[in-house]
Amino acid sequence: MAAEGNVKPAKKLSLKENYALLTRGLGWEPSYEKHEEIFRNISFEGIKIHDWEKWEDPFRLTMDAYWKYQGEKERKLYAIVDAFQQNNGQFNVTDARYVQALKIFINGITELEYDSHRGFNMLAREFPGVGPRIAAQMQSLDELRHATTQIHTISQYAKYFTGMNEFPYQFDRAWYLSIPKSFFEDAVTSGPFEFIVAISFAFEYVLTNLAFMPWMSGAAFNGDMATVSFGFSAQSDEARHMTLGIEVIKFLLEQDPANVPLVQKWIDKWFWRGYRLLSLLATMMDYMLPKRVMAWNEAWEIYYEQNGGALFADLARYGIKPPKRAPETIAEKGHVAHQMWSVFYANRDAVGFQMWLPSNEEMDWMSEKYPDTFDKYYRPRYEYWREMEKAGTPFKNTTLPQLCQVCQWPCLFTEPDDPTTLSLRETEYKGETFHMCSDGCKDIFDDTPEKFVHAWLPVHQIYQGNCFLPDVDPTAPGFNPMYEALRYMGIKPGVDGGDFKGSADATNWEKWTSRPANIHEGAYTDAVRDTSNPSDAARKAI
Amino acid sequence: MTAPEKKMLQPVFIALQANNDTMPIIEAIRQDNPNAVVHEYPAMVKIDCPGRLVIKRASVEEHLGRDFDLREIQINMISIAGNVDESEDEFTLEWRTA
Repeated sequence: MAAEGNVKPAKKLSLKENYALLTRGLGWEPSYEKHEEIFRNISFEGIKIHDWEKWEDPFRLTMDAYWKYQGEKERKLYAIVDAFQQNNGQFNVTDARYVQALKIFINGITELEYDSHRGFNMLAREFPGVGPRIAAQMQSLDELRHATTQIHTISQYAKYFTGMNEFPYQFDRAWYLSIPKSFFEDAVTSGPFEFIVAISFAFEYVLTNLAFMPWMSGAAFNGDMATVSFGFSAQSDEARHMTLGIEVIKFLLEQDPANVPLVQKWIDKWFWRGYRLLSLLATMMDYMLPKRVMAWNEAWEIYYEQNGGALFADLARYGIKPPKRAPETIAEKGHVAHQMWSVFYANRDAVGFQMWLPSNEEMDWMSEKYPDTFDKYYRPRYEYWREMEKAGTPFKNTTLPQLCQVCQWPCLFTEPDDPTTLSLRETEYKGETFHMCSDGCKDIFDDTPEKFVHAWLPVHQIYQGNCFLPDVDPTAPGFNPMYEALRYMGIKPGVDGGDFKGSADATNWEKWTSRPANIHEGAYTDAVRDTSNPSDAARKAI
Repeated sequence: MTAPEKKMLQPVFIALQANNDTMPIIEAIRQDNPNAVVHEYPAMVKIDCPGRLVIKRASVEEHLGRDFDLREIQINMISIAGNVDESEDEFTLEWRTA
């Protein structure tokens, strides 16, 4: 070792040199094991890679920079989360209806972050190229961070509100949570190339802006500084993941022309699956934000039609076309939020979040945002249901809905060109009939039927008697199958879901905050302060 | 989405958190990208620009008054659209069709 003071400091490496040393110098070829024995899953899908060295991460993020900036993001986020918790931030949101959206988030979305962590861990193991392995490893850590920060943040709400304390249990059992669960498990059980096209490109690049931009901005607008902070903190990683997504696509397409039709097929499939999953956000944006930033159809125009249009124009040079079923998503954009809300409302006793009919103020906003569809098709339905509520005979579904074999949504959608006809498709396979909600889902089933014939469809399973806890005796007098199925799912019947008005969340909100639980309907209880008529003492003070 | 005869510049975008860290970055973007359109939303700023958008380290440093590593943008970046290229001096978003 040279004596101190005798050494010139090493020349600082450029970003490019640094990244090259990390991703080109540290890999090696195995000498005593066969390459194909180590990397077993990279050939069966038919993707051809000739030169992994051609892969380049445009961010050129090295490990030292990764830990430095991720650490800074965490410190910033936890400073806000601490402030939120110390200052009773859970009571500073617009009203208690907003909190119902967080139940969907923690029960249905956070687990996807964790699944994604697992998926990218697998890629980090399975890809032979060092560049993509490092990118996958960083992303795997990011996704774990997202899951933990979301759980930590929402735990504050779970201390005060119902329906958020059984999230991992519910995710594996609640009937409507099989929608996100089956989406990710379809991806994670695919080969590594389909997984990365599905998640990094179709889901993260093309679609997740809808979740993390307009919805999170809406969370901020409704005073939820904790959620917007974890949302934007996660999304700052997402910007890197999206770049991975577009680099993956370009890399695969440039490596071999035989990859083009495979990639196109996966784009078509995963765009449609991702769209079906994320259109849940349509209801969260249009119905569950008491103060709204933008409507679903506007968000779809900006984030898919405009930005997706630019993306697919860029990819046209490789022979890639926009997703096959994109026109259906555009045709549905004025309907999908209203149709989903209707189905959730009708099934409100079987879900873990509370439901309400939109107020006059909200319906007027929807008429303005959806001039071609809302007044014609949906306002009359809500007004009719409101009359039924007033008459003491509220509308409810007492049976469970038919599910789509692929996306697992109830078959609630209408024909893209006719909003008065339900869209139902079926396929016969090996003597059995399978039901789908749309041409998009039927395409997917027909392409890989073996993957979907064994799908665990919760409604079928409930009706077959497979969704009861061990202590249940179906022959006992007074046996209530719906009640027992909910218990099995981790949902407290009549507490976590049902009607918002009269719920524990609404009543407690008014008791604890003295503000209305629904800002559009006024107070439900006497706990809300009446400020319209000041007392004599207050008047004198003025 | 069919390719038109005369070339239309497809928009790239960057979305940043609206906070004190990003004000000088947004100013630098405005200065270096005259066609950029800045949309303000609650807690968030989305900047669209036809074809290409560049963030120059030197411009950010000028507005910020200190040295700046372009990778610091990662802390406050919400989303991007376009092909990324990053070096010490410039962060670029670009559509090749543009």
